[in-house]
Amino acid sequence: MLLVLLAIILAMGGAMFLNRALTPEYGLDLAGGTTVTLQPITPNGSAPSEESLDLAVNIIRDRVNGSGISDAEVAKAGDNIVISVPGVGQEEVVKLVGTTAELRFRQVLAIGPGTPTPPGELSTQAPTPTPAASPTASPTSSGRQKAKATPTPTRPAQTAAPGPSGSPAGRALSSALTNPSPAPSATRGADASPSAKPRRNTPTPTATPKATATPDAGATPAPDQAAENDPLAGVDTTGIDPAALERFKTLDCAKENGQGAQDDPNKQYVGCGFDDLNDNDPKNDVYVKYILDKAALTGTTIDSASSGVEPNTGAWVVQLSFKGQGPDQWSKLTTTAFNSQAPRNQVAVVLDGVVISAPAIQEPITGGRAQITGGFTQPEADELANQLKYGALPLKFEKSSIDEVSSTLGADQLRGGLIAGGIGLLLVLVYSMLYYRGLGVVSVLSLVVATVLTYQSVVLLGEFANFRLSLPHIIGLIVSIGITADSFIVYFERIRDEMKEGRRSLRAAVEVAWVRARRTILIADAVMFIAAVVLYFLAVGGVAGFAFAMGLTTLIDIVVVFMFTKPFVALLARLRFFAKGHKLSGLDAERMSETTVAPKTAPQEA
Amino acid sequence: MSGIASRLYRGEVNVDFVGRRKLWYGLSAFLLLISIAGLVVNGLNLGVEFKGGSVFSFKPAQTVSIEKVRGTFVDAGVHQVIVQETNNGWRVTTESLPAEKVTEVQNAAAKGFGLRQNDVTLQVIGASWGGQVADKAIQGLIVFMLAIILYLTMAFEWKMALAAVVALVHDLVITAGVYAWSGFEVTPATLLGFLTILGYSLYDAVVVFDMIKEVTAKLGTTSKVTYTQAANDALNHTLIRSLNTTLVAILPVAAILFIGTTLFGAGTLKDLSLSLFVGMIVGTYSSLCVATPLLVTLKEREPRYQAIARRLAATGGAGSGVKAARQPVGATAGGTPAGDEKRKKK
Repeated sequence: MLLVLLAIILAMGGAMFLNRALTPEYGLDLAGGTTVTLQPITPNGSAPSEESLDLAVNIIRDRVNGSGISDAEVAKAGDNIVISVPGVGQEEVVKLVGTTAELRFRQVLAIGPGTPTPPGELSTQAPTPTPAASPTASPTSSGRQKAKATPTPTRPAQTAAPGPSGSPAGRALSSALTNPSPAPSATRGADASPSAKPRRNTPTPTATPKATATPDAGATPAPDQAAENDPLAGVDTTGIDPAALERFKTLDCAKENGQGAQDDPNKQYVGCGFDDLNDNDPKNDVYVKYILDKAALTGTTIDSASSGVEPNTGAWVVQLSFKGQGPDQWSKLTTTAFNSQAPRNQVAVVLDGVVISAPAIQEPITGGRAQITGGFTQPEADELANQLKYGALPLKFEKSSIDEVSSTLGADQLRGGLIAGGIGLLLVLVYSMLYYRGLGVVSVLSLVVATVLTYQSVVLLGEFANFRLSLPHIIGLIVSIGITADSFIVYFERIRDEMKEGRRSLRAAVEVAWVRARRTILIADAVMFIAAVVLYFLAVGGVAGFAFAMGLTTLIDIVVVFMFTKPFVALLARLRFFAKGHKLSGLDAERMSETTVAPKTAPQEA
Repeated sequence: MSGIASRLYRGEVNVDFVGRRKLWYGLSAFLLLISIAGLVVNGLNLGVEFKGGSVFSFKPAQTVSIEKVRGTFVDAGVHQVIVQETNNGWRVTTESLPAEKVTEVQNAAAKGFGLRQNDVTLQVIGASWGGQVADKAIQGLIVFMLAIILYLTMAFEWKMALAAVVALVHDLVITAGVYAWSGFEVTPATLLGFLTILGYSLYDAVVVFDMIKEVTAKLGTTSKVTYTQAANDALNHTLIRSLNTTLVAILPVAAILFIGTTLFGAGTLKDLSLSLFVGMIVGTYSSLCVATPLLVTLKEREPRYQAIARRLAATGGAGSGVKAARQPVGATAGGTPAGDEKRKKK
């Protein structure tokens, strides 16, 4: 056990060195951070309403604290919103919160490659055609399918006919909207559809082999080359506003991707989306552009959105449900889309002018619940769910200032706190040595081991999970010393009980006492752990981070007691010094007085 | 070693916690009433993070230290001061100040750092820990209590779960009451302190209950002790552990509180350590004097324990109490009469 523990400590230490992470990441109060001021922009320039500001604050707070263990603050300052995130130069966070606006659902009217075909820059041929390439793949929807994205087993066609695409848009992550229950009706919507990710990366002109042919695709055949040069080739333009068509022709997603644009919900909209090719390499992301119908419903009607695994297929999916007018509007929108030809059978999710996903409708979805499938990885599903959930900001914002700020605590207070904590620890050490004598060594060493493990965990969590240590965490960790100490105090007292009976050797007592102490320790730690888990999942921001630290120390407590304290005491019990009850061992005659003062009486029931 | 210290050291203590439950109930009821009165009359002094406040920004003519900045604002009569250095001067967050006070503070700062009053700009800022965060924390708390009741009901029994959670609420209310009456500022750090107390107080109660469960499991119809006596023994048995644990946990907190209050007038350090300090003391008190007596009150209503109590009262009366005293709890046999005389009969 002791060796296993040593191995764990060494392994964690090794991981720390390998990642050059030797100190924890600190939170806002200890390290300072980046403060961003967001200024609301209203269409008519008037002051935003208090309610919409409050709502925006809450949504941004959810967004910023999305990871649960970071430690950000969001406050309203006059009409502005001030966001403070720990760490200097937190540009991703700034981007994240600065680009959120209202989420809108629009039916797709047309799709095209996101960039005009700059000769010599874009390859017009797929560089890696597959043997089974089908030359007649549709450049619009089916041209961007991805073979992998077939969560519904009733769509063999998709995987069956891989074909090269000449479209510079490349393939998009196909996704599809269905009712949450896997419905066999999905066969009709065999065409999966492009979805896009709002990444701001430069597009690369790598076209990749496509893997789809669908019953619908055959209905809208279009020659590859034509699609290259005219974004409207093969596009059914009925019902499309001429202005939108014009915009669609000229829109170059590489230059203006629509990010930050205020899309008017009552007009058709031309916007860009992304395709990340599902390989997590931003270099392979490509643009796709869309003509979208008027917004049919907005993000405010989303009740909840979550990511999860579809039990039948094991694929990551995003589930969402609607409230208020949502279910009705949604039902209408999906019915319309379902009865349309590709690509109009897709519904685009537009966030801040950017198409974040455009799943195909596999069936009219009534009842207000829907599920988006499409070969997501877990982070992609999480991201989309978060965008659906938190995207519906009631206002549009502009970044007005970005400041680097120092810690709110002040170095003097931190120093004072550390000194005080040190003094307190010293008192604890002195006390346990005085009270437990020889066993005090065990408790001191146990605390040292617990401290080392805690430090290592905090450093590694900072490195890999963005855990940021703030002052409350530190104090929480110091208090957890009490919990850790309690575990072996419980154990020691049990050993004393056994010894007081006077009929057992120390070695036997150590084992018998352990069985009983173990139960107590586990039950008590379980209580702490439940507290931590509940608070972690239900609370936000600082509280969640704190709960995280609490759960962590509880686990460390169990590890220390099981893998260090117990084996170490068992080891000591073999020593003469302890076994014979030396005066300084903590197991001496005086401590065990009752056995000497009063010899055993008749057994009594109790 | 002699006297109490020595007996404590050897673990020979025997206080009739359960027997004096009326005293504890009275004391707790009194404390709860005072606390609730404090919450109603005074309310909590919520910090900038909950209520919002005023933010002063300025760029001093020459370099100044954080102590100087904090000192200047505290001297100007501001209570809650959070000082931050930015890439563009200083940023001082204070509680929400009335207009005339703002001017006063601006003047003081301008004078202190060689600026004109206009150079000290004011921004009114809303709560960064608004209702939503607090609401979610409270939601979490309620779910947590339900989860704990469920868990303890499974691990022990519902009466223990109930007693533990009642003691928990007791601790929370009294700690909040201390805050209400003292006017100490409630910050997010304080809130987190409360949460620590919760875990801590429960932990303590669970260890005691585990022992009670073990001891009372042996109570049969021919038992020579009542549930009350057995529980009290279990309590005394874990008393050393409770005191040791509390001491070990409270020493660092006390040190932080001491430094936090003596060296720095206000701040996170003090807020956090104070809530912990108060909460831990109340938590230890409640697991000894509230949780266990409450459990006993609940359990003594059960027919089987009433039967034992009746039989003992009829046969031995006081004597039975003495005989039962000072059992090495958890031992399979071998009770000793060593502590008998110290024990108060029920």
